[in-house]
Parts: sequence; C-alpha cells; structure tokens
Amino acid sequence: MARDSQAALVALNRFGFGARGGASGDLINAASDPRGFVKAELTRPNGVLLEAPGLQSAPQLGQAVFAYQDQVKQAREAAAKAGAPTEAPLQAPADQRPGPRRNLSLNAVATEIAGQMAEAKPGNNKPADNKPADNMAKPDTMQPNAAAPPAAKPAPQPLNVIQKTFRAEALARLQRATLVECGFTERLVVFWSNHFCISASKGELARIWAGAFEREAIRPHVLGRFADMLKAVEQHPAMLFFLDNQQSLGPDSRAGQNRKRGLNENLAREIMELHTLGVGGGYTQDDVTSLARIITGWTFAGRQGQLGAPGSFVFNVNAHQPGPQMLLGKTYEPTGLAQGEAALADIARHPSTASFIATKFVRHFVADDPPPALVARLRDVFIKTDGDLKALATALVDSDEAWKAPLTKMRSPYDFLVASGRLLARVPEDPGAYLNNLNLLGQPLWSPAGPNGFADTNAAWAAPEGIKLRLDIAAQMGARLGPNIDPLDLLEFAAADAASIETRRTIERAESRQQALALLLMSPEMQRR
Amino acid sequence: MIDCVENRLLTSRRGLLLGGASFAAWAYLPKFARAADGRDPRLIVVILRGALDGLSTVAPVGDPDYAGLHGAIALTADGAHPAIMLDTFFALHPAMPEFARMYRDRHAAVIHAVATPYRDRSHFDGQDVLESGYAGPGRVQSGWLNRALEALPRGERVSSALAVGPTTPLVLRGNAPTVGWAPVALPQADDDTAMRLVELYRHRDPALAAVLSQGLALEKAASGDDMKPKPGNAVAQMRQVARGAAKLMASDDGPRIAALAFDGWDTHANEGGPVGRLAFLLGGLDGALAEFESGLGERWRDTVVVVATEFGRTARINGTDGTDHGTGTIALLAGGAVKGGRVIADWPGLKPANLFEARDLKPTTDLRSVIKGVLQGQFGLSDRVLAETVFPDSASARPMKGLVA
Repeated sequence: MARDSQAALVALNRFGFGARGGASGDLINAASDPRGFVKAELTRPNGVLLEAPGLQSAPQLGQAVFAYQDQVKQAREAAAKAGAPTEAPLQAPADQRPGPRRNLSLNAVATEIAGQMAEAKPGNNKPADNKPADNMAKPDTMQPNAAAPPAAKPAPQPLNVIQKTFRAEALARLQRATLVECGFTERLVVFWSNHFCISASKGELARIWAGAFEREAIRPHVLGRFADMLKAVEQHPAMLFFLDNQQSLGPDSRAGQNRKRGLNENLAREIMELHTLGVGGGYTQDDVTSLARIITGWTFAGRQGQLGAPGSFVFNVNAHQPGPQMLLGKTYEPTGLAQGEAALADIARHPSTASFIATKFVRHFVADDPPPALVARLRDVFIKTDGDLKALATALVDSDEAWKAPLTKMRSPYDFLVASGRLLARVPEDPGAYLNNLNLLGQPLWSPAGPNGFADTNAAWAAPEGIKLRLDIAAQMGARLGPNIDPLDLLEFAAADAASIETRRTIERAESRQQALALLLMSPEMQRR
Repeated sequence: MIDCVENRLLTSRRGLLLGGASFAAWAYLPKFARAADGRDPRLIVVILRGALDGLSTVAPVGDPDYAGLHGAIALTADGAHPAIMLDTFFALHPAMPEFARMYRDRHAAVIHAVATPYRDRSHFDGQDVLESGYAGPGRVQSGWLNRALEALPRGERVSSALAVGPTTPLVLRGNAPTVGWAPVALPQADDDTAMRLVELYRHRDPALAAVLSQGLALEKAASGDDMKPKPGNAVAQMRQVARGAAKLMASDDGPRIAALAFDGWDTHANEGGPVGRLAFLLGGLDGALAEFESGLGERWRDTVVVVATEFGRTARINGTDGTDHGTGTIALLAGGAVKGGRVIADWPGLKPANLFEARDLKPTTDLRSVIKGVLQGQFGLSDRVLAETVFPDSASARPMKGLVA
C-alpha cells in the first residue's frame, strides 16, 4: 500500500487531534489509508458518548449545587448569629488529597532570593479551578513579595462540589481526547460544543453543568441529526440558564400577569443568530420576539421541585405565552411545549441554517476563507439528508478540497495542548495543568467570553502574545519532559517524512533534548492543521 | 504542562522567571565516615548544555596556533578587554573575575583538553554520556551522581519542604531519591530557543515568524531591553538558582549533594570574544559561582563545585564568527575544598596534525577521571565502586589524585 505522509498529516491534524506517540503507529496507519483512518470513527456513534465513573446527570448536579448553596447560607447565618466572620463550610471528602506541605523557612529563602515583583493575584473573575496539579508533589511556586515575608498561608481550601465536578468533567474529556485513535469525533464534539456554547463563568449552575451539557446535549447527536441536537441543546438546563430563558415570562401568561414581568429574548435571538439561521439568515426582530414568546415556559425545576425534579428541564405552562404565534411567515398553533418544538424543527430545516452550518463547518476544518464549492456541496448534503451530521462529516472527508487545501489553520490552544499530550503519550491524571494553560492562552475551558463561542480563525490564535506564551509553555514542557524523550523519534511519530527539512534540522541541531522538544512542539507541523 | 508547575501569574506573568536552569538534590543527609574529622563535604555539579567553547573560556594564549584558529573571537592578554593570565600559557575569559579570584586563592582549578568518552557530535547523545556516566550513548534512566549516592550511607531526610521540582537532570536521576526546587511560576523560553524558532518560521511559516517576533518584542519592551541582569535573563537566572541552591545547602538539614543545569552554550554564530554572547553567559556562570561561595558561607570550605559540558567546539571558528561541535574542552572546579590555583592539562597543541580529526582540541584527559577524583576526595568512594557502579566499564580512567584538599 502506498504511504502518503502528507495525507496522514491532514488526516491526523486537520481532522483529528494529532498523532499519538509511543507504539500507536497512528501516522503509519493514517498514511496507508488516510480517508479510511478518519472515517473509521464515524462508524461508531456510541463511541462518541462519554461515561466515566462519578459523572452525574444535570438534575443530580443541579441538586448538588442547591444543597451546596443551602449549606453556605446556613453556615453564614450561623456565623452571623455568633458574630464571627464567615467562611464557606469546608467539605472534607474522602478523595481530598492534601496539598503540598509548606515550609516557612524555605518560603522565606525563596522570597529573599526572589526578584522584585509583588505577588500576582489571580484575576478575580477567574475560576478557582487553577489548583496545582496535586498528583505531583512539587514545591509551592514561590511568588516573590518584596514588601514582607510571606505570612503562613492557610492550607488550600478543599474543592467544593462545583469545582470538583468541573475538574472531573474536564479530566474525562481530556483523557478521551488523549486516548482516542484519530480524534475526528472528539474534534466534532468540540466543534458542536463551541457552536452551541454555554459559559461556565455564568455562575455556579453553569459551571457544574458545563460538562454534563456537552455529554447530554451534544455527544449523542454528533453523528445524529442536527434537529435533535438543536432540541436537546435548547431544552438543556445549562442553556436555559446561560441565556436566561428561565426568567422569560409570557406577558399574558399567568405568571407574567401576576409578576408584571415579561419576555427575555436572549435565548430566542441566539437560537436564530448563532445556532441556526445566522446573521442575515432572513429573520426579523419580530421573529425574535415571536420565538421568545413561543419558548416561554421552557425552564428547569428549581430547588423546591414544584415543577419536577430539581435541576431538570420542565415546561412551565404558567409562564408560557398563550395563543398562536407567527414565525418566519408560518403560524404556530398554541400547543404548549410542542409549539416550540415544531418551531425549532422548522428552523433546523431552513436553507439559511444549512448555509450557515456548512460555512462554519468548512471554516473550522479547512480554511478561514472556506472554499465556496465545498461549502455549497455540504449545504446540499445537509438539506438532502435533513441535517444528518454523520453525512455532513462524511461528505467533508470525501471531498478533495479538504485534502488538497494547505494546512494553514492554526491549532487552537486546546488542540495544541491535546496534540502535545498525545504526542508525548501522556494521559492526564489531573486536569489542573491543562486548565491553567488554557486560561493563560485565552481559551478557558467551556468559558468563552460570549455566546458566539471561541473564535475559529487564525487572527484569534496566531497573535503575538499568544504565540509567545505558547513558546513559554512549550519550553516548560521541554524542560520537564525533554530529558526522557528522543525528539527525533517524536518527529517521526508526528510527521515522519512530511516534516520539512528545516524543521528536522532545527530539531537535530537543538542544543539539548529539552530545547529540541520545545522546538518540535512549536514547529509549523505541530502548530498548523 | 502536561503537568507543569502551577501558574498563578494570570494577571501579570512577568515575575520570577527561570529558563534553562533547575536544581535538584539528594533527599538524604549522608552519614560520612569522615564526620570524625569535622568535615561536612558538599558537592555541586553544574552541567552546561550546548557544549562550552573551552578554548574561549580558558584560552591557550601561549599556543602559537591559537590566535589564528580562533580568529576574530580569540582572547588576548592585552587590548581593551584583556584576558586574565592564569599562568604563563593559559588565560581566563575576562567575564570571570570571581573565578579568577578563587583561582588566585587556590580554591579553583581548570582541567583542560578534557572530554567524556563520547566522540561524536550530537548534543543529545553527548549529554547522555556526560550525565549517565556510561561509556557510550544509549538511553539509560540513571546518572553517575545518583549511583554515587547509592554507594553512600544514607542519613536523615533533608528538609521535607523540598518537593520534587520541575526537572531533575539525568546526572542525578535514578534509584536514590532526590528532591528539587525551582523558584518559578512560568519559566520563559530562553532567547536562544526563541531565535531558533523565529529562524525556522522565517523559512517555513513567515506569518508565524512575524507574529512571534512581535510577541518577543513586546516582551522585551515590557521588561526593558538591556544587558543588565534582571529577572528573566540568563545571567539573572543562573545567579538566582545558584543563590537558592546555596541557601538550601548551607542549612544544617539541607541537601549536601546537588546538580544544576544551565542552557544556552551552543554558540554557532556570533559567539563573541572578550565581550558578546559567550561573555554574557560566562558572566552568569561566574556570578553563580560567587553566589555558591557567599551563600554557603562557612560551608564553602568543604565544598567542591564541578562545572562540565558535553563536549567542546571546533578549534577554528566558522564563517559566522562562531564555533561548531567539537571534542576537547575544559572542566572547572571551584570551592574551598579544591586544591586549586592550577590548570591541569596534558596540552596536545593546536597544530593541524595535533587536532582531533583535524578540527577539534584533542582530549588528553578523561572527564571521568576528574569526576572520580572529586568523588573520591570528597566522599571516599572506592576505586572499585567508581569503576563498576558509578562509571561502568571505566577502569582505564583512573581517579585523578590530589584534586581535593
């Protein structure tokens, strides 16, 4: 069988998460049948599902948050009664591992020899997941504090249920991405999850639900139907919370009348603008308002559980706007929950949706300026198959453009970190380092700045500060892991004879294994896909 | 990453930065048989990665062929930046006044025309041989210093606050438990690595070349682009790691045996002579030695610092005022326990016929003999342990006598 390493790079990097090191043979397998290598994962839809011990459903997690919030509140009230300063109740779960031991004299040494910088405070709006990877004992990273010797720091707070859940969800996702063969389906998960993004920084519920949202609303449909994914997403408590639909009341509904409150159009607008039709997709402000009315009452049960199990999706008829609604030129009769489901099914079939999705899909996988012929072909596939996402992915892999287009796309920070971990054959046991580096590189996990998700163009990721930081992180990986690897073996795993002569020479001539690894991780072969 | 040190510099990353330097130490306080005579010996091994140009660090200015070979970057005993004469033949680089002072005080020595048994020119393999202590390349997971530790009687554990740091050099890796420490948040890539990457991008990815160059320029602008030692530059980092290591090793329950590695010695282009890139790095090394001395205080008396590199560089400079991978080079010893004030060399000469493969300083001393001599002098390890365990198959490289006072 002919071997085509360049096609293997396309298979592994454009469609997947990069070649795994060690004895995987990924590059050789991809080279002998590039298309087959990518498509193999499409035949295993169940392989997209993610289950790991301890990962819970959205309602269970919602109940955990409510319980945690109650605990905090009680502790605060008790403390107020006692006139003491408040502290969150400490959970001391069995799986809590002790942090590294501190030694003040050593800290004092470090402080004394440190430079002049005052201690950097983590940004206030940063999630508190950035704990050191405590599976490796290591020194406290000593921040200089010229003004005063470091006071004895309190022991690190044990993680609360929200932080623990977030880290467990992140770890499950990272481990899957690291272990999977090609990674095409995992890349599809990341694509759709970012398309229908929520942000974990919205609040405690969003944070605890971020992973469950992806597992429950995205993964089951990545190789299924777009309309099913759309419905699962818009009815997921995480999305309803993220875009405020639980606050939206039909002005003429019983609750709206009682509370003198009304519509919140946030979710309805993003459904049309970001999830389906796209800007310029042929909808008007009236359509936004209509859809907002149609989906009033789509909410989740609260801590009292009056409408259903706390934390589960419910249709609250008392908040639902009564009467028929006109949307995109069609009248939807007042059929309660079914009114919104019918509207979503029609929007999912709209030709604008097909164009919007096809464009975004090709832009993500092939080029910032997506080849129009390929976009048109995928749009037609989407329409013809009624939004069959497996057919969409298959058509992309079957196209010539996807294999011929030069590898110009920058890997996102997530792609870069996962690809590095795969090449180094290191299965993460703790997500801390990944979460830290994603924050640093501007792609905090499941926490984009807005509902439009993380940018998907080179302009976003090929930026001066970002690349410099990537280099620093690569140097750090080189320093830690370089001594144990043969950089030329890794180059063989990553690109073999598709590596440019300049890249090969640069790695061969590095002054140390550590430097060689940093340069390999930063090479165009590892940065572009 | 992939399990890196925690990074708390989310709002401002420019704090304590540490590039190519790390420190690791033995986790136990050895119980020395020599405790009877009140000595409490300490050993610090400094690995210079990238291959140090021995002929530019300790220059054979008395050799008639030296100036011609080293051309524009040759050191001279006169001129604007005269080298420091160590004897009538060898002169020390002017960037190393501290080492010169130690040498005058007989607490520093140079061994010249030295090499490991490795005779090819790959940094990776050369560093493996230097650190593993084996006669040839091949991946092993332990280093000679660690195997030496295993032969020492183990005492109390050192201060438990030392946790495993980001890296342990191969020389200290193995069965004997080690600890490490790195005063870092996010180490930055060093300039040399960044420049190599910019060069690769220029050829293969001009867009990334432009972006990375901008990113580096921003960094420079933010930290002030000058040669003054500051956190983040190589010199400051070397001093800082040495200072920290010395402080830890000076305390009664601190480690006695440690290894560090400094990067950046691969001077293929614009190496510079008495001033320039190599001078800058040598200044950092000199500063680190001074930090060991002041930080160890009373303990300096019982200390030996060994400075070694994987191989030397070409005797003749190349077309870009640098030197390429070579063979023979120098090792440096410094410390109160060193019998110093000497350049120890069986000088091979620099005539074409005397060069190794007609290009490199010919090695006439086996680096293993030097290190064996230090280990024997400091810790009393036997010839047999040194020849079989610490440096396997090295009976022919006899321990050099009289290095330690």
